[in-house]
Amino acid sequence: MFIATAGMGGRVEGEALAARDGFSARYDLDRSRGVFSRADHKLAGESYVGRVLVLDAAKGGVATAWMLHEMKARAVVPAALVLNAVNPIMVQGAALAGFTMISGFDVDITQAIPNGAWVEVDPTGERPFIRVVRSKI
Amino acid sequence: MKLADEEEAMRAGECGPAAQWAIEHQIAVGRYLGALDFVPVTQAHIMADTESLGAAGVQWLERMAALPPDQRRLRIPAITDPRGTDFAAAHRLKQQPWMLDLERRAIAAFEALGVLMTNTCINYQTIMPPVFGEHVAYGDTGVVIYSNSVCGARSNFEGGPSALSAAVTGRTPRYGYHLDERRAATLVVDVGFTPRALDEWGALGAIVGRLAGDYWQVPALVGVDRVPGSDEMKHFGAALASYGSVALFHMVGITPEARREADIMAANATLPRHEVGEADIRAFAASYRRDIDRVDLVVFSAPQLSLVEMQQVAGLLEGRRATVPLLVVTSPQVKPDADRMGLTARIEAAGGSVLSGMCFYQSYAREMAEANGWQRLATNSAKLVNILGGYGYRSALLSMEACVDAACRDGLIAS
Repeated sequence: MFIATAGMGGRVEGEALAARDGFSARYDLDRSRGVFSRADHKLAGESYVGRVLVLDAAKGGVATAWMLHEMKARAVVPAALVLNAVNPIMVQGAALAGFTMISGFDVDITQAIPNGAWVEVDPTGERPFIRVVRSKI
Repeated sequence: MKLADEEEAMRAGECGPAAQWAIEHQIAVGRYLGALDFVPVTQAHIMADTESLGAAGVQWLERMAALPPDQRRLRIPAITDPRGTDFAAAHRLKQQPWMLDLERRAIAAFEALGVLMTNTCINYQTIMPPVFGEHVAYGDTGVVIYSNSVCGARSNFEGGPSALSAAVTGRTPRYGYHLDERRAATLVVDVGFTPRALDEWGALGAIVGRLAGDYWQVPALVGVDRVPGSDEMKHFGAALASYGSVALFHMVGITPEARREADIMAANATLPRHEVGEADIRAFAASYRRDIDRVDLVVFSAPQLSLVEMQQVAGLLEGRRATVPLLVVTSPQVKPDADRMGLTARIEAAGGSVLSGMCFYQSYAREMAEANGWQRLATNSAKLVNILGGYGYRSALLSMEACVDAACRDGLIAS
């Protein structure tokens, strides 16, 4: 179990999509198809729909503050976002969308969570956490 | 968070549902980011292009705008970032009616709320630059980083919902760059080459952004051998914010909080140090040029062009003819001056298109690419190059002169 310094949203489970790379909805995603579209992103071509994204740092501009809400309304959205470092935009976007997000660990969370593992993310308690429920499925 | 009486009243719904929603949103954000209380702000700048909002976001705005006027009053002046179109040019860009319909609905909602539709990302050059120490709630990363760094104002990145919340409540959670202790440098970049052209300033910003890595880093540049102008700071900051998600930089001896290194670094601090030279800037631009010898269009945008940049583009086009689309994007404040001074006519007589109140990447860039067959693009904006990768473009970062040359040579880039 890995404890985060902060979290918001509800408890979710899902398949982890993990990489040591950043995240921005505008810079990295084809939101109509639900895939990472930035050619040099480590998850290029991967579907993010329903997955728990485990990534390094929030990147890019302010658009994600609206886009998580828009993605959730169309149900073409990740299950949760787990980041080493957030920026305010991710927090604002998650707050508007009612989206699950946790961040801030004492390890590099992108290396701690195996890609493809089934994970639980629970931001609802005093100590938000992510844990591996079972290894790669 | 500690709440003042007025904030408690907003939370209790005594100031209407808009203020209640806004303060709850701000408390959620503030708690996550460790704010202890609120700070009053004097201006809000709202990013809300409809590609980002989508239908769901526009409906959200419309619900707020439909409240009785006394229940959705703005407490401070609020202005807007670029829209997703220039209605006068939408047909030339092959934008679809549904895009324009969403934009019209968003504009109607904002106008009902009393938001000033400035539609600009260069408000610090054209509307009302913040003053040193002024706390504001700005959206658009380029606006925030310029205001924080060059003006000495205090803002975090405030996305559209949070900037609108600040307009409604007149305050924002006090975290990040509202705090003195967050404004100290966290890394030092020794600049061995002071850029000359705007694309070089953007490349330097991009390199420093990659070195910085995340929002909470504050780079301090040493070695810049002259005071950059406003457009140079604009391109540098926009790229730094884009590549690094950075909201504040210092240039020692130049920016107002860094007259001396000691102003922004503790005496015994050991900060990471990096060196960036001309070869790094050349290598950065070359990394985007790979395999691109011809482009489908040339775009000057991101940030919108100042009047001075408009004059530069018009001058470079003198006696020439663009033979691929050449889009020149400026603000609704600069455009009338460019019209009055003949700059728009000179650019358009040479085959360019002057667009106003939009920004290329905020205007359904993916759909425009598909509708127009655009894949390869040249620009002098490092920020635009960075963003458009996700939209499927292959972009070359060139000087303004080389961009105009390409536009006038059927898109062929000089080697």
